[in-house]
Amino acid sequence: MKFSKISAALLSSVLLLPALLTGCHGSRGLDAFAIPEDFDPSASYEITFWAKNDTNITQVNIYNDAIASFEALYPNIHVNMRLYTDYARIYNDVITNIATQTTPNVCITYPDHIATYMTGDNVVVPLDDLMADPLYGLGGSALRFDGPTQTEIVPQFLDEGILSGAHYALPYMRSTEACYVNKTYVETLGYTLPETLTWDFIWEVSDAAAAQDEDGTYLVNGQKVMIPFIYKSTDNMMIQYLRQTGAGYSDWDGNIAIFNDTTKDFLYTVAEHTGRGAFSTFKISSYPANFLNAGQCIFAIDSTAGATWMGSDAPLVDISRESLVPFETAVMTIPQADPDHPQMISQGPSVCVFNKRDSGEVLASWLFAQYLLTNGVQIPYAQTEGYVPVTTKAQDNPVYQDYLSRAGEDNSMYYDIKIKASELLLAHTNDTFITPVFNGSASLRSAAGQMIENVTKSIRRKETVDDDYMVRLYDDVTSLYRLDSASGSASGRKELGPLPGASAALLSVLAGAWVLLGIYNGADILKEKRHKKEKK
Amino acid sequence: MKKFLALILAVVMLFAMVSCGAEKTEAPDVKSEGVMTYAEYAAAALDAPVVIETYVQAKQSWWDNKATVYTQDKDGAYFLYNMTCSEEDYAKLVPGTKIKVTGFKAEWAGEIEVAEGATFEIIPGATYVAPAFDATALLGTDDLIKHQNEFVSFKGLTVDSIEFKNGEPGDDIYVNVKKGEDVYGFCVEFYLTGADTDVYKAVSALNAGDVVDIEGFLYWYNGVNTHITSCTAAK
Repeated sequence: MKFSKISAALLSSVLLLPALLTGCHGSRGLDAFAIPEDFDPSASYEITFWAKNDTNITQVNIYNDAIASFEALYPNIHVNMRLYTDYARIYNDVITNIATQTTPNVCITYPDHIATYMTGDNVVVPLDDLMADPLYGLGGSALRFDGPTQTEIVPQFLDEGILSGAHYALPYMRSTEACYVNKTYVETLGYTLPETLTWDFIWEVSDAAAAQDEDGTYLVNGQKVMIPFIYKSTDNMMIQYLRQTGAGYSDWDGNIAIFNDTTKDFLYTVAEHTGRGAFSTFKISSYPANFLNAGQCIFAIDSTAGATWMGSDAPLVDISRESLVPFETAVMTIPQADPDHPQMISQGPSVCVFNKRDSGEVLASWLFAQYLLTNGVQIPYAQTEGYVPVTTKAQDNPVYQDYLSRAGEDNSMYYDIKIKASELLLAHTNDTFITPVFNGSASLRSAAGQMIENVTKSIRRKETVDDDYMVRLYDDVTSLYRLDSASGSASGRKELGPLPGASAALLSVLAGAWVLLGIYNGADILKEKRHKKEKK
Repeated sequence: MKKFLALILAVVMLFAMVSCGAEKTEAPDVKSEGVMTYAEYAAAALDAPVVIETYVQAKQSWWDNKATVYTQDKDGAYFLYNMTCSEEDYAKLVPGTKIKVTGFKAEWAGEIEVAEGATFEIIPGATYVAPAFDATALLGTDDLIKHQNEFVSFKGLTVDSIEFKNGEPGDDIYVNVKKGEDVYGFCVEFYLTGADTDVYKAVSALNAGDVVDIEGFLYWYNGVNTHITSCTAAK
């Protein structure tokens, strides 16, 4: 009897241990979302929406209007908005809140970030079933608003939300990068802008613009400051150059190919022109728009979503009005390696829906996410910057077409630089691309830009940039961004390597306990048998 | 014998107390070997390597092992942008803490700073918290920039306008203040002084025409852009 108690206690311990350990590791994840069969559209829900704006009050007002009109249609759903002006902060806050299951319901984000969110079980809701639902899906019969059907969403943009074979994001707005050019200074230097900018042209003109007199005054603008070529996002700079030249970056399995000879050659080119005073970056020197508008930059590359800050008559400026210099601004595609086959990145905010225990709450969130694609939201939001609506339903709408046709009528709603930036993307939608998305792709993206930043800084600091430097640079960014441990897919399983020592020891103890149990039980059975035999 | 021992102990204790007191109140601001004076730092070219010893005055933010910190010694101030810093070390950077910083000098939109990626070590012992320097008379003059990043005060400024970034509380507050006819753009930097701080609440309640005394760090963004840490009705 005594033995049985010990045995039972040991057995209980062994059985309970995994449960205890699971408890230590974290709370249980969510079940996969399933569309509720008995969804009650009149039940009350309170959902949170984390939104990003471009430090643009009009965008904030459009979000507020969207929420108000949505709540008027669905009085039982209340939307709480939290505003951000930085994608990275949203990403960080979402990551922090996944562990406590306090993510927002709907969130503006990038697919790269969603790939990381998806490393948690059932954190982000796959949208395919929701999109296809006949009642509440895209164009569904039970919707209280006139939303787009699936075929009315621009296919390239919709496909950008596919991760691991399923849609995890809806596009919200799309932009690309544009090169905002001080055409006046280009011509002052004796050049004529080509139809399509090339890297060679930009480097050549930038070198020429860096010429100074004996006093250090730049010849082209008569000022003490001139940075001919400034790139806002060096991540994009590297990614797009590699794409245009057919060089490696990464594949959809998460294999990283960025450390190649084309990358190295490009970094040498950046170093060469930085050394001539022809190039700098946003991180090193500040916003390209500020230099462009002050006549201190000729080629300013930034998002089309930053167009309202560009040009002598820009409606938004960050420098004193007396610093502005009049010049003619050209809005052009980013420089190309092959001008006959231009390629540029597709970017812009997407929307994802987070899973919750209450499937009705998730469905309410989906309704709001979908509402953001209605014309009443898409058209006014796209008009705030050089964005384009993500639906053909909005793009083809007479209101939007009328807006495009009125470029230059004023320097606010119809600011010509802004509308030209939107038209640039509309004309080149088929020339856009995205990079593969996987858990770790956000880090790879940062690493791509960091290499340009480092080389530029090093040249300015008079360091030697040679092959040894490149070896160290590759090692440094690999380590800094943990590129040697990036996983291969957004949510797939991966090879975890050998068990840690502590885990192996624990499993050994468990195995030993089972062996002991077996021995004790075996001995007990033998004893009983012997006892029975003796009785007999 | 007992009296003698008691006397010895009392003398020892007195020396110990004097010694402790001296360390806290009269910190000799002597730079270590290889460390720049503020004058040398100010004279250094942009992108030049710099090594400074300075005292933490306030912390703006920590994120992803990067800390942004306002620091100052008795001769001038240094803004440390995205300095490499663990979260554990960030907690140790309380006002007054002396640190040795190694990095590169940079300029971003007129703000002189120690560039992203600088490293630091905490120097135990001496501490220093700078008093606010009254820069009211320097507003609008070329001499103001000589005090860039210092903890300063401005007396009797008139509020011209208040604008919340994003149009509502929850982020930076842009504060335009007037001295005479000239308007200057100041800021309540949300990462430095968030919505729960007294200054955020005080500035949120301001109206155009209010006359205020302001303290803050003399930050620069395409011109003076003081990061306000205190705002009270003018005395």
